[in-house]
Amino acid sequence: MIEVRNLSKSYGDVTAVEDVSFRAERGEILGFLGPNGAGKTTTMRVLTCYLPPSSGTASVDGFDVIEESMEVRRRIGYLPELPPLYLDMTVSSYLNFVAKIKGVPSSQLKSRLDETMEKTGVAHQRNNVIGHLSKGYRQRVGLAQALVHNPSVLILDEPTVGLDPRQIIEIRETIKGLRGEHTIILCTHILPEVSMTCDKIVIINEGRIVGEGTPESLMSQLKEGEVLRAQIIGPSDEIRELLKGIDGVLDVVGEDETAAASDGGEQAYIVTVAPGHDIRDLVAKSVVDSGHGLRELRGLEMTLEDIFLQLTTQGAEG
Amino acid sequence: MRNFFAMYTKELRSYFVSPVAYVIAGVFLFLSGYLFRNILMQFNFWCLQYSQRSQFMSGAGMPQLNLNEMVVTQFFAVMDFIWLMVVPMLTMRLFAEEKKSGTIELLMTSPISTVQILMGKFLACFTLYTLIVALTLVYPLILEVYGDPDWGPIWTAYLGYLLLGGTFVGVGILASSVTENQIVAVLLAFGGLLLLWLIDWSASFAGPTAAKILHSVSIIEHLQDFQRGVIDTKDVVFYLSFIFFTLFVTSRVIESRRWRR
Repeated sequence: MIEVRNLSKSYGDVTAVEDVSFRAERGEILGFLGPNGAGKTTTMRVLTCYLPPSSGTASVDGFDVIEESMEVRRRIGYLPELPPLYLDMTVSSYLNFVAKIKGVPSSQLKSRLDETMEKTGVAHQRNNVIGHLSKGYRQRVGLAQALVHNPSVLILDEPTVGLDPRQIIEIRETIKGLRGEHTIILCTHILPEVSMTCDKIVIINEGRIVGEGTPESLMSQLKEGEVLRAQIIGPSDEIRELLKGIDGVLDVVGEDETAAASDGGEQAYIVTVAPGHDIRDLVAKSVVDSGHGLRELRGLEMTLEDIFLQLTTQGAEG
Repeated sequence: MRNFFAMYTKELRSYFVSPVAYVIAGVFLFLSGYLFRNILMQFNFWCLQYSQRSQFMSGAGMPQLNLNEMVVTQFFAVMDFIWLMVVPMLTMRLFAEEKKSGTIELLMTSPISTVQILMGKFLACFTLYTLIVALTLVYPLILEVYGDPDWGPIWTAYLGYLLLGGTFVGVGILASSVTENQIVAVLLAFGGLLLLWLIDWSASFAGPTAAKILHSVSIIEHLQDFQRGVIDTKDVVFYLSFIFFTLFVTSRVIESRRWRR
């Protein structure tokens, strides 16, 4: 379990994180989402006792990161953005070293090493020097390093950055396979990663939390109304007037307006509709009745990308 | 204790899996062997001159030929200086590399204390130093075969060496902890040690109190008693407290991140 309360961290005059609070329950995968430089890594560094908070508190399994730092460190597995690897060591000697300093008892050492290497798929590379491994395998060794002492909390900072698409899928599957045993915080700026793996999302921008909830609740919370996309042939001014005249339409915007459209060419319009109105039939009917060509009409689903953009731009303006 | 051993073996191993230990030991032994030979040839030359002259003189007024003073002490004095250049190269990576590669983040987020990390690194480097120093025992052994050196001063000189080496390693680790650039670490360590070495030079131009202080902080000054076969508590305490001081400051430097709220 992780609890962060009113956490702030500044480096000199620069405030990296301001008044951040969130919770992650046992067994949950929490997605910590934000653009680069939003304060994700700083928050994780405070949670892992690497940096002290300027104000506020953070605790792991009830242990404070400042007061009971050693207890917290025993319970945390951390994969920083740059995996902390000793390139001159072999995979097994490296993991052996990490297991020892993480306090794995000697009696369990061997079984923990075997299990971790099996789980992260590096068992067949165990006698190879880390410096000779590919980026994908290094990332796996980094993940193994975070898992080797079977921590109750796992913090992964951008675990898929720099990997090829197949490796990304493999790492994601590995992370999903860990669900239930560990509380996991997954920091990323890649949206599909969060929507695919996480139970809960915290969105951070410029050091502040701008959104929080399950992927579904976040989407419904932000869904202010239906949005339609209509592709119509005809003079744009005329069509805009026509669409605005329909009952329930709030706004009509041309998508990438082209010169061809004003001369009566093909043009897509984004129509915002007040909640509770399904006016697709009406739009189709009035467009066809007016003699313009209706090429396409569909409802637009709001994706996490939209939510993300909406939240982060709001945050920037506010 | 277990954490310390894990750290210690990891550090010691990384010296030996890379070419560092072998290259440094090789270069050092080559240079010291070359110097030893030359010092020995010089001594031989004096011996020859001595035997020629003694045919005409009755021995009075002739300088005493002393193997310890003319070979052993001379040789050690030159080796001091080689170590001054070599040790910073052994210590430069200790913290600078961890910082650069991000592995410091692993250490600082693991349940291992700063003292355990520091002592592991210090003693690993000191062990390598001791091993290379032990190899130089071959030179007094060569003297033993052909001559009759006094082993007392040789052993005390070696004790002095270990203490001096600890001081060098301490200063080197401190230099390595303040930067993530190994070149900077090496230059800081080298500059610092050279300054501490030459500091009693300026004692000649300072006032009586200042001169005394400058004289006693010079790291080389305290070695001379050892090379004469004297173990003075004053010197032992000087080196030990110097080592403690550098390690203490290093641990503060490493932990300083935790104070910067």
